[in-house]
Amino acid sequence: MSELSQAAVKATAPRALRKINTRALMIEGRALLALLLIVVVFSLLSPNFLSADNLIVMTRHVAMNAILAIGMLLVILNGGIDLSVGSIVGLSGVIAGMLLEGLKLNSLDLFVYPAVWVVIVVSLGVGTLAGWVNGVVVTRLKVAPFIATLGMLYVARGIALLITNGTPFSKLNGQAGLGNTGFLTFLKSSPLGLPMPVWAMILFAVVFAVVLSKSPFGRWLYATGGNERAAELSGVPVKKVKTRIYVLSGLCAAAVGLLLTADLSSATPAAGEFFELNAIAAVVIGGAALSGGRGTIRGTLIGAFVIGFLVDGLVLVGVSQFWQQIIKGAVIIIAVALDQLQQTLQKRRSAKAALSPPKPSERMTAPV
Amino acid sequence: MFREAASPDRSDVVLRAVDITKHYGATQALKGVNFEVHRGKVTVLFGENGAGKSTLMKIIAGVESPTSGHLELDGERIELSSPNQAVERGISIIHQELNLCPNMSVRDNIFIGRERRGLFGTVDYRGERKVVQRLMERLEEDIDPNTLVADLRIGQQQIVEIARALALDARILIMDEPTSALSAPEAEVLFKVIKDLTGNGVAIVYISHHLEEAIEISDHAVVFRDGELVATADAADIDLSWVVGKMVGRAAEYDFRDAERDRGDVALSIRNLKVVDATGEGRLAVNDVSLDVRYGEIVCLYGLMGAGRTELVEALAGRGGIASGRVELGGRDLSGTSIAERIDLGIGLVPEDRQRDGLVQSMSVGQNLSLSSLLELTRSFVVSSFISRGREAARIRDGISEVRVKTAGPAAPITSLSGGNQQKVVIGKMLLTGPKVLLLDEPTRGIDVGAKGEIFSLLFREARKGLAVLYVTSEIGEAITASHRIVVMSKGRVIREFDPRTASREEIMAASGESEVGIQPMGTASE
Repeated sequence: MSELSQAAVKATAPRALRKINTRALMIEGRALLALLLIVVVFSLLSPNFLSADNLIVMTRHVAMNAILAIGMLLVILNGGIDLSVGSIVGLSGVIAGMLLEGLKLNSLDLFVYPAVWVVIVVSLGVGTLAGWVNGVVVTRLKVAPFIATLGMLYVARGIALLITNGTPFSKLNGQAGLGNTGFLTFLKSSPLGLPMPVWAMILFAVVFAVVLSKSPFGRWLYATGGNERAAELSGVPVKKVKTRIYVLSGLCAAAVGLLLTADLSSATPAAGEFFELNAIAAVVIGGAALSGGRGTIRGTLIGAFVIGFLVDGLVLVGVSQFWQQIIKGAVIIIAVALDQLQQTLQKRRSAKAALSPPKPSERMTAPV
Repeated sequence: MFREAASPDRSDVVLRAVDITKHYGATQALKGVNFEVHRGKVTVLFGENGAGKSTLMKIIAGVESPTSGHLELDGERIELSSPNQAVERGISIIHQELNLCPNMSVRDNIFIGRERRGLFGTVDYRGERKVVQRLMERLEEDIDPNTLVADLRIGQQQIVEIARALALDARILIMDEPTSALSAPEAEVLFKVIKDLTGNGVAIVYISHHLEEAIEISDHAVVFRDGELVATADAADIDLSWVVGKMVGRAAEYDFRDAERDRGDVALSIRNLKVVDATGEGRLAVNDVSLDVRYGEIVCLYGLMGAGRTELVEALAGRGGIASGRVELGGRDLSGTSIAERIDLGIGLVPEDRQRDGLVQSMSVGQNLSLSSLLELTRSFVVSSFISRGREAARIRDGISEVRVKTAGPAAPITSLSGGNQQKVVIGKMLLTGPKVLLLDEPTRGIDVGAKGEIFSLLFREARKGLAVLYVTSEIGEAITASHRIVVMSKGRVIREFDPRTASREEIMAASGESEVGIQPMGTASE
């Protein structure tokens, strides 16, 4: 009996594997097709679209949304949502700006100018901390993720506004004498011709793709998103996983905060407003299910490129900002509607396939 | 077959299913079934789980549409694309699962989707209430129409489900396991109602796992096996052994009473355990239970639904709060440990509801199998936080062959498996963690007899290697044939212990308090 089933396993495993991969490919393939369509249409409309310079500029725009979307994907894989990432972008940027301009210690009546690496670490730390608070509120206080992160959206933005008192920090160059130069030059540099945000995107994408596919944490994340109760009874540390994803989402947002601050050469408290929505859109276009358990880094990246290239392309060919919004919205809805349609078709097709009589080799392995 | 329908001597056939097939993905649930329902008669469907009975009933009730074939009502071909269309034609169904809104009252549930209209199109609550009161009188149940369904116990919820179907005044009434949560007196009332209905010309289609009960009330018997209708007979001509023989089609009886028993030291020791009922009200679901399970021993927890068995095993697994008491695993106190830590220490639960608590439906067979032991499968050096693909694959292969899962491969979606094989995956997942004690809550629910036998032989095999097993069951036959010791629980307490080799069914069932439960009015409001 066991030999039989084992033989069956060996015989049919590659086919089953291929089936699953084609399915994943089709979901991503749809987004990829959309991306291709965008590239073709805009390169026909504007000769500049496909120029190397423009591609780099666009990818640079895509990069920040992509990093946010990677963090968002983690949260969405769990079945949650993180509305606070845009505000965390603003907050961590403001923290960096404040530290670069010099921290005034009233009691000692002196200014402290931390080194650039300290600035980066502290800013990332603040974003991560905000994410941790999200995670704790969701797991310990059992507040729904939508509400918990909605609250953080206001709180983080409020703190950024308090710190700046409404006016941006713009002296981010530092002074050689104080030893805090290099923030802008480092983050605005382009090693090997690629801007820093693009490198950051590549780094985040590779690291998280590996974590999701190879680490127990990644598997736990898919499991909790697929069926949290079953995961918990299987010994998956559900709360730890959940807290961690909000922490990581906060970290991603803080990184974007730094990159954006450098990009704008100014730390403004309003930076990153509505970024969370673009991030969610990228994740969804990339084929992730909002109910959790389904989605990939690759798909999310493609989703971010679809949105970024679409918006930049529309700008390039001179479509008004108002129309841009309408088109972007329509693309998001169409993407998800297609996803649903495809799943329906898939079910119908497998039903049809089952109608044809099974081959003798399949009979044995057919469910009983 | 259906040409015969025109002949006058068969005019009592109200409904006919012709050459019905049904596919769910790759699974063929029905393979060309022809089936008749007779006016004023009870037609009983026999068959193991997964034989296709429920699927056929869903098709007749308009819940599912057949892949091919059609239905004839009074000799006329009909198409049902929704349950409402079936109801309009006088076909209603009492589903196996409860389909009630717990946040709404009994009255609202009974009239859901077809509210009575009063003045200006508002809901006629008073009229609805009267109807519900009459239904409850008929079912001899003291439930106020305004009671929230969430406040009723499961048996009463099933009564509400029955009342809802009765409220439709159907000509054809399908009952899919209507008595599964009912007490004996409640079931008696239902049988009276059925007699009443057939007397008025209503055709009843009845499905039950209680074979004796079903034979008793049937006029016609129909047996399903593997999606095919394999036998029909008049009730007068059949008996239990005929039904079982047709259902199984082969001798698949299992009996482990004579299995050798090597008992070791105490593996699991429970002392004065109390668990508070999760639904609140300060009731104790488990009340002062003390129990030892030894290595190599298989202990069966028998009792009625709501006896506190599920709460007990869930508390042992680390889910839900323990009010007081002490649990030791191999001498180590388990207090304050999480589910994950307990699995590490060697005690895991195979939960009652496979779909809700046991499986991650979005993952593959292999991923489900390895889910509990991922940390052991990480690489031993260099990057210790990553899963070793080779070791995982080997572990999954071992798991699949050890619990004998029939699957297209480790990468196949878990949803492509039959119920029995899914359950083997859930059990395999726990066995791969190398447990000392395995807890199983209704491990054979919704599984065909063949798979049941396989699961128990697996458990007895593991027990011989020293595994301690504590499992919950509501099937008396199973309790007797597949355990070393039977512990009967009732109302949160351990009532008695039995040796399955010497105890009789009657003794055990009496100890579980089967005959007195229905009398207690629990949660029935009396406004």
